[in-house]
Amino acid sequence: MSMGERIVSLDGVDKSFGAVHALAGVDLACDSGECLGLVGHNGAGKSTLMHVLAGTLRPDRGRILVSGDDLTRSYDVAVAQSRGIRCVFQELSLCPNLTVAENARVFHASLRGLGWRRRAGKLILDKLDEIFPGHSIAPGDVVGDLGIARRQMVEIARAFSVTDTPVKLVILDEPTSSLDAVLAGQLLDFVKRFVAAGGAVILISHLLGEILDTASRVIVMRDGKVVAGRPAAEFTRDSLVAAMGSVAKGADESSARTAKGREGAPVARARPAGQRNGAELVAHRGEVVGLAGLGGQGQTEMLRALFAAARRRSREASVREPVALVAGDRQTDGIFPLWSIEKNITIASLRRMVRGLLVDPRQEAVMAETWREKINIRTPDVGNNILSLSGGNQQKALFARALGSVAGIVLMDDPMRGVDIGTKQEVYGMIRAEAEAGRTFIWYTTEMDELKNCDHVYVFRNGRIVADLARDELTEEKVLHTSFTEEAA
Amino acid sequence: MIATVLSPKVLRAALPALSLLILLVAVWYLNPRAISPLGFNLMFNLAVPIALATVAQMCVITVNDLDLGIGAYVGFVVCVAATWLYDTPLLGIAALIGGIVLYMAVGALIHVRNLPSIVVTLGMSFVWLGLAILVLPTPGGKAPEWLAALMKYKPPAIPIPGWGDLQIPFPIIAAVVIAIVAHVLLMRTSYGSILRGSGGNPKAIERAGWSLLKTKVVMFGAAGFFGMLAGLALIGLTTSAQANVAERYTLLSIAGVILGGGYFVGGRVSPVGAVIGAMTLTLSLPFLTFLKIPPDWQIGAQGAILIVVLALRAIIDRLGPQQ
Repeated sequence: MSMGERIVSLDGVDKSFGAVHALAGVDLACDSGECLGLVGHNGAGKSTLMHVLAGTLRPDRGRILVSGDDLTRSYDVAVAQSRGIRCVFQELSLCPNLTVAENARVFHASLRGLGWRRRAGKLILDKLDEIFPGHSIAPGDVVGDLGIARRQMVEIARAFSVTDTPVKLVILDEPTSSLDAVLAGQLLDFVKRFVAAGGAVILISHLLGEILDTASRVIVMRDGKVVAGRPAAEFTRDSLVAAMGSVAKGADESSARTAKGREGAPVARARPAGQRNGAELVAHRGEVVGLAGLGGQGQTEMLRALFAAARRRSREASVREPVALVAGDRQTDGIFPLWSIEKNITIASLRRMVRGLLVDPRQEAVMAETWREKINIRTPDVGNNILSLSGGNQQKALFARALGSVAGIVLMDDPMRGVDIGTKQEVYGMIRAEAEAGRTFIWYTTEMDELKNCDHVYVFRNGRIVADLARDELTEEKVLHTSFTEEAA
Repeated sequence: MIATVLSPKVLRAALPALSLLILLVAVWYLNPRAISPLGFNLMFNLAVPIALATVAQMCVITVNDLDLGIGAYVGFVVCVAATWLYDTPLLGIAALIGGIVLYMAVGALIHVRNLPSIVVTLGMSFVWLGLAILVLPTPGGKAPEWLAALMKYKPPAIPIPGWGDLQIPFPIIAAVVIAIVAHVLLMRTSYGSILRGSGGNPKAIERAGWSLLKTKVVMFGAAGFFGMLAGLALIGLTTSAQANVAERYTLLSIAGVILGGGYFVGGRVSPVGAVIGAMTLTLSLPFLTFLKIPPDWQIGAQGAILIVVLALRAIIDRLGPQQ
C-alpha cells in the first residue's frame, strides 16, 4: 500500500433521524498511512458518521468516494468490506452464542470448506497474539462466556484480520472503553504500527490523551458538523476541549475537595470472598468511595455483592440503606431496550408514584421531564424509545434512574465508559452535590481522573483489596504500583 | 481436573445425558426386564418421530422463533403418506415437497413482515390440520410397505465373545444417526455458524454482509424437512393414519429442545441434546407406567420431570458467576 493514497472521502453528507439532525453536511477524507482522531461530545454525530462510512446507514444527501470511485448509490456493508473498510462498533457486534473462531468465520465469507474451523481459529489467534500478546483467549471459547474486555479484544482482532481482501481502513469507535491501561496501550501501539505500514485508522475516543498521542490528524465534531481539523501536533488538551465547545475546566478543581474525617458507623461494609487478610471496604454516609485497579479484578463482583446485600443477608457485605446500581454494560445490564426514555428513568421510583392501585402517569412524566432538563438528555421527547438516544445519553438516563430513586447508596460500575468530557464534568459535579447532601457513592472506575473525585480509594487485584488509600495519600503512581505488583511474600 | 469436570459449562452440557441415564436406571430398578433389546424397542419406538420433530423445532428455535404448527404438520405428512404416497407416489412426493416449500414461505413471511412467529405458525397449524382432513377425512389409509419395513428393521446382531449376541435396537441407531446428522449440519459446517449466529446477534450477522432472509428460509425449510421425516417415521410405526395423530408433538418437541439444553432465544441450541431430550420425554411415559401412576396423571407427571431438570439447569447457571 502506498502512503498518502486517498482511501475514502465523504462530501457534504447529511443524515436525520426524525427531528434529530445527526449529520449536517460533513466533509471528511482519510488517506493511507494516517491515523485520524475523531472527537466530539455525545450526540455530536460521531457514531452516525462511522455507520455511514461502514455502510450500515445510508446518508440522506452527499457523496461517498472510495479510492476515487463515486459509490454513493451502491454503498453498503458488502461494498465497504470488499473495499477493505472495516469498523469496530461501540456496541459490540459478536454473536455471544458462537465461539471466537466461529465469529471470525461470520466476518470472512471465504472461510469455508473442510478445515475452516482450524483456519478461522488460527487467523483470529495470530491476530490476537500480534495485538494483545499474552491475551489467554482460545479460539474455542464461547464469546458469551468471556468478559467485556476480552470480547472487545476479539472484536478488534477480528477487524484487523485478513483473508481475501486487504484491510485498508479500520474505524475504531471507543475501542479502549472496556480495556484497562495495559491492553489499551497494546492496542494503541498496534495502531501506530499498522498506520506506519501504510494502513489507515479512524480512532474515536473520549480520552483526549489517547487521541493526541496516537492520531496524526484530529477532527472535531459538534452538532453534526466538522468544526475543526488539524494535525494532532497543533492541538493541546485544552484547545481540543475548547474546540469541542465545552469550557475547559481545570482538573484541579475537584482536588479542592478536602478529605472528610471518617467517624461514626459506616453505611456499607464489604469483604471480597477471597480476601485473606483483614482488609475490608468501608463507606460512610456522604462519601465517594472509589474502586480502582485494572479491569475485571473483582470490582464488579464487589458491587454485585453490595447490591445483593440490600435484599438479603450476605456474608460478604452489609448495607444500611437502600441501594441503586448504575450499570456499566448498559446493553445487557442497564436499559430496557423496548421501553421509552421516560419508563427507563422512572422504573426504580414507581413505588413513590402509585395512586390507589395504579402508577400515576403524570408523576412519571414530571419526573422524566425534570431529569431531562437537569442533566440535559438530548431528546425532543422523553416518550421516545431509549434506543433513539446516543450511547452517552442512554447512560445519562441510567444516572437519572439511580439519582432519582430514594436509594441512599449509589453503586456505579464504570458508568462513564464512552461518555464525553463535558457530560463527565456535569456528572462529577452532580455526584459531588449529591454526596454533600448525604448520599453515598461506591464507584468502580478504570480512569485515574475519576478517582480524583473520590474521598477514599480501594485498589483491587485478583479479586482482593490490595490497597486502601485515603484521599490525601492518593497518587497515580500508588494506584498503578499496587495494581501491578504481586503481594510481597 | 475435578474442577474442570464440575465446571458449570461441562455440567450444563452433561445434564441432558445425565437425566436420560438417571431415568434409565430408575426404569431398570423398577423393571429390570425392560432393559433388553425387546424392551428398548418397545420403549423407544416412538422416540424416532419425536426426535425428528424435536430437531425440526430446534431449527426454528435457533433463529429465535417458535413453531406451534409442527404437530399439525406432522399429522398432515402422515395423512399424505397413508393415502397419496401409497396410491400415487409421484403426487405424494410432490405434496411433501410442497409442504417444505410452504414452510420456507412461512419463514420468509415472518422475516419480511417482521411478524411474531407464534401467531403465524399457530395459524398455519389450522391450515395443516385442514389440509390433512381434506386428504384423509376419516381415520384409515395404509403406510407404504417400505416405510413400515424400515421402521421394523432389525439390525444384525453383533457377536461378542464370551457374552453372547448384542442386538442394538433400531430406535437407538436411528437416534444416533439423527443426532450426528443434525450436529454436523448445524454445529460443524461453516454456514451452520451463520445460522446459529443469526439467532445470537442478528444485527452482527447482517452487518457482516449475510442475508437474514436466507438464514430464516433455510432454517424453516430444514424444519419442514425434518418434520416430514418425523411424519414418515410415524406412519411407518402406526401403519394407518389420522389427521390429529401428532397433535402432542408441538409441545413435546419444544420440551425436547429445552430439555436438551437449548434456550428459547439467542441461538443457543444443541442438536445432540435435543435428540436426548426427545428420548427422555419418550422414556418418561413407560417410567411413569412402571411407577403405576394412572394415565390421567401421566402428562402432569411428565411436566414435573421437565420442571425438575430445568430447575437443575437453573441451579447450574447460578453456580456460574461465582467461579
